Amino acid sequence: MNRLLTPQHLKWLLVSLAVVLGTHIPNLPVWVIMASISFGTWRYLLDRYQWAMPKIWALLPITLIICVGIIVTFKGFFGRDASLSLLVVMCSLKLLETKTLRDYMLVIVLAYFLVGNLFLFNQTIATFGLSIAPLILLTATLINISFKDAGKQRDIQFTLKLAAQLLLQAVPVMLILFVLFPRIPGPLWGLPQDANSGMTGLGDSLQFGNISNLTKNSAIAFRVQFKNAVPERNQLYWRGPVLWHQEDRSWTVSSSKIGLQPEIAKVSGNPIQYTMTLEPHNRLWMLMLDLPTLIPQDARLTHDYSVVANKPVRTRLRYDAISFSSYQLGLSLGERERLLSLQINEGENPKTVQLAESWQGLSTVDKINAALKRYREQPFVYTLKPPRLDNNPVDDFLFNTKRGFCEHYATSFVYLMRAAGVPARIVTGYQGGEYNPNGNYYIVRQSDAHAWAEVWLAERGWVRVDPTAAVSPERIENGISDALDETDELPLMARPDYPWLKKAYLNWDTVNNGWNQWVLGYDDKKQLDFLKKLSGKNLNLMHMLIGMVGIIAITMGLTTYFLVKQQKAKLNPAQRLYAQYLKHLKRAGLSQNNGETALDFAARAAKTLPNQQTQIVDIAQRYNVITYSKSAKPELLQALADCIKQLNIPKK
Amino acid sequence: MLSKIWPFTFWKISYWQQWFRVAKSANNVAILNPRQIYILPTRWGLLYATMLIGLLIGSINYSLSLGYYVTFLLASLGNIAMLHTWRNLLHLQISVSNASPVFAGDTATIVLKISETKNRPRYVVAAYFNRQAEIINDIKANDVQLFDIPLTTIKRGLHSLPRLSIYTEFPLSLLHAWAVVDNPFQLLVYPKPAESIYQNNLSADADVQGSSQLTKGDDDFNGHKNYQVGDSPSRVDWKASSRGIGMYTKLYSGAGIHTLWLDWLDTTGDIETRISQLTHWIIDAHATQQTYGLRLPDTELAPNNTEAHYHQALTTLALLS
Repeated sequence: MNRLLTPQHLKWLLVSLAVVLGTHIPNLPVWVIMASISFGTWRYLLDRYQWAMPKIWALLPITLIICVGIIVTFKGFFGRDASLSLLVVMCSLKLLETKTLRDYMLVIVLAYFLVGNLFLFNQTIATFGLSIAPLILLTATLINISFKDAGKQRDIQFTLKLAAQLLLQAVPVMLILFVLFPRIPGPLWGLPQDANSGMTGLGDSLQFGNISNLTKNSAIAFRVQFKNAVPERNQLYWRGPVLWHQEDRSWTVSSSKIGLQPEIAKVSGNPIQYTMTLEPHNRLWMLMLDLPTLIPQDARLTHDYSVVANKPVRTRLRYDAISFSSYQLGLSLGERERLLSLQINEGENPKTVQLAESWQGLSTVDKINAALKRYREQPFVYTLKPPRLDNNPVDDFLFNTKRGFCEHYATSFVYLMRAAGVPARIVTGYQGGEYNPNGNYYIVRQSDAHAWAEVWLAERGWVRVDPTAAVSPERIENGISDALDETDELPLMARPDYPWLKKAYLNWDTVNNGWNQWVLGYDDKKQLDFLKKLSGKNLNLMHMLIGMVGIIAITMGLTTYFLVKQQKAKLNPAQRLYAQYLKHLKRAGLSQNNGETALDFAARAAKTLPNQQTQIVDIAQRYNVITYSKSAKPELLQALADCIKQLNIPKK
Repeated sequence: MLSKIWPFTFWKISYWQQWFRVAKSANNVAILNPRQIYILPTRWGLLYATMLIGLLIGSINYSLSLGYYVTFLLASLGNIAMLHTWRNLLHLQISVSNASPVFAGDTATIVLKISETKNRPRYVVAAYFNRQAEIINDIKANDVQLFDIPLTTIKRGLHSLPRLSIYTEFPLSLLHAWAVVDNPFQLLVYPKPAESIYQNNLSADADVQGSSQLTKGDDDFNGHKNYQVGDSPSRVDWKASSRGIGMYTKLYSGAGIHTLWLDWLDTTGDIETRISQLTHWIIDAHATQQTYGLRLPDTELAPNNTEAHYHQALTTLALLS
């Protein structure tokens, strides 16, 4: 059983492992990649120059060093990234003692496992495509190892073709299992801390620079499909966390809000119905169009009308929601709320406070207009690259630099309002969206992240005021790409140039959206829905299992039939012509016996059909000449064909 | 020893062999039909299955749709490999032929004929009578191929061949498909010849090997040689023996050396020893191209010196009960 394998086998193994390693490069620290490559090269050289395999006492210190390296890099052995690195580097270290069939099998099975691990990091169509090559190569390596001795090894093409064939034949049952295998909602146990790293989205606080950093990210935040009329673009405010508490430069969702009564909302006009598909961002926020009324089941509404999920959004969520664009929110303001929404720290930003105090005699609405007028008339610039602000950031921004992004406008406006005695708060979220005509849905990206203000008016409650619109109406009307000048860096997809690229991208996003909905989003709920639609009945686990086993059995039966069905031997041109001739004679009730030569048969046939005698014998002779010559000359074949055409066999 | 204690015997395929359906030969050709082919995962197959369970648990835990895809694709691949492994043996026609007789203890070469009639090449098909001596080969499509399988013999006689096992693990080595073929072909094993130190210079004194009671030259005493097991007791120089100077066999020369009678009665010991001695004499006589006859308790072969006679004599001895 522990057969030694040949250099040929080793080459296959090394190549397929290299490809597996290649697909994992973005997920591994550089030193792990380098170590794996050097172990592979070392093993290759061992074989090439017939050096002795390293002894166990030589490998032990290396193993130890690797373990220490993993602990230092990842601060422990646990977690997704650490275990992947450990698996990869140990798998390549194992190569140094890989000699027998047993070792090969161990490494190959481990490598298959590593291909599965690829999807822990992302599940895009590209990653899916990336997984195909290693699977074919590993299967080809298995085939190669199954050929026992080196002399009998097939060429590369044969092995690869067989591997691809096997995998293709495996697809039908794979699809059946994918659709029908009962999906168990995960997780079975706690996920490691780093399982969801790398997700981006709105934070629960706002500091200068937060949102402009998000803006450079073209990742998709969510997609929206409206069921009926689509609101105007300048009404597309996607409400996220509401920030009340100001501390130095940062605004946060204050914990002091706990216990506040839910604000009362009165809505009017037509409801806006839509379906959201929220990308995972590892936080609680579930974005909804301002102002949400119907919210999904696993979420709740905060008192200031942002929607939070019961647990961090770590998988793509799809939910139906209803919002109203005309509403009145929080007509009465409690004493605690008033205090919270007027809170500013004393002694900071004196110039701003002074400006606000100069509006003392004005009504609330006039105060707002005065502030907005200032933004409009003074040379404020909307830019992604605002200069650094000094210790009194609001003063410095309003009176000095005057260059900023939505977060600067929202925070300075709210600060100004609070200083003037108007209750105000910051709302963060997204604004706008890009329409994809192919799939009839809107794409909202991280680059659409936005911050605006809400001020409280005695008769009207909380009213949305977007100071950014005063500075840069284009931001609100047309989206971020129109609002910025050319020096600002924007993700490629948010830029206005290259319309064809944009179009291609939208097509691609449609495919991606379908992929997300149907492949990645196919979970226990979707499975039940889908099977219900398919069968018209509510299916339970038992039905699913029975159906699955039954359909697999049928598929296997069919596959077996096609695998076992005898392939017809390919006829050469002469044999094809001869078969025609036999068919002709069959009409007269004549058929060639087993073992009877062409000439014998012709003689027998000639007796039955005396008037065709010369032609029949002639054909048999010509056929023999072609069959026993080394290469069939085309003119001989043509002559044979002509002779057969001239045959005129009467039907019996 | 451990392997003989329950339950360890159950791990061995050989234990189950007795219960297996066996491919029977008709006209000395056995066709491996679907019902006669068994399949089980190899230990690598079990390792692979364990890996798949790991992948499945991971996919459930992390809710990875594409994790499910890899798991199911690889599971389905195992399933397809099963069909391919099974198909690799399916409908092969097996026959055993033409094994030339050997002396007991020698290795017989059995000629195995495998015919492929389904227009499909078969790869890495192994066949064996015992696992220590297996042959592994590819079989071309629509072809008849002959393979020699060695088989160690122990006892004389006409033996049915042990069951032939045929297996394959192609294409992925994850599954082991096998069939057991019963064959009506019988192997003739000649008796093991008695050993002799004179084997190397037979021609010099081959004439004294057999009893020659009917030959004329009986009395022409020629000398002594050291006694050798297998020498006829009537030629032992008992006088010399009684004087205590050792056992000697008297050597004679005579005119009748061309017609030897190899007689049962000239041999000593139990039946097998006697048969061994006679076998030895037959080989020697044949090697020196003498005319010899064989006289057994209830049969007699007339003297002759042909190849057929040689084989007939050995066959008679092989079948002697």
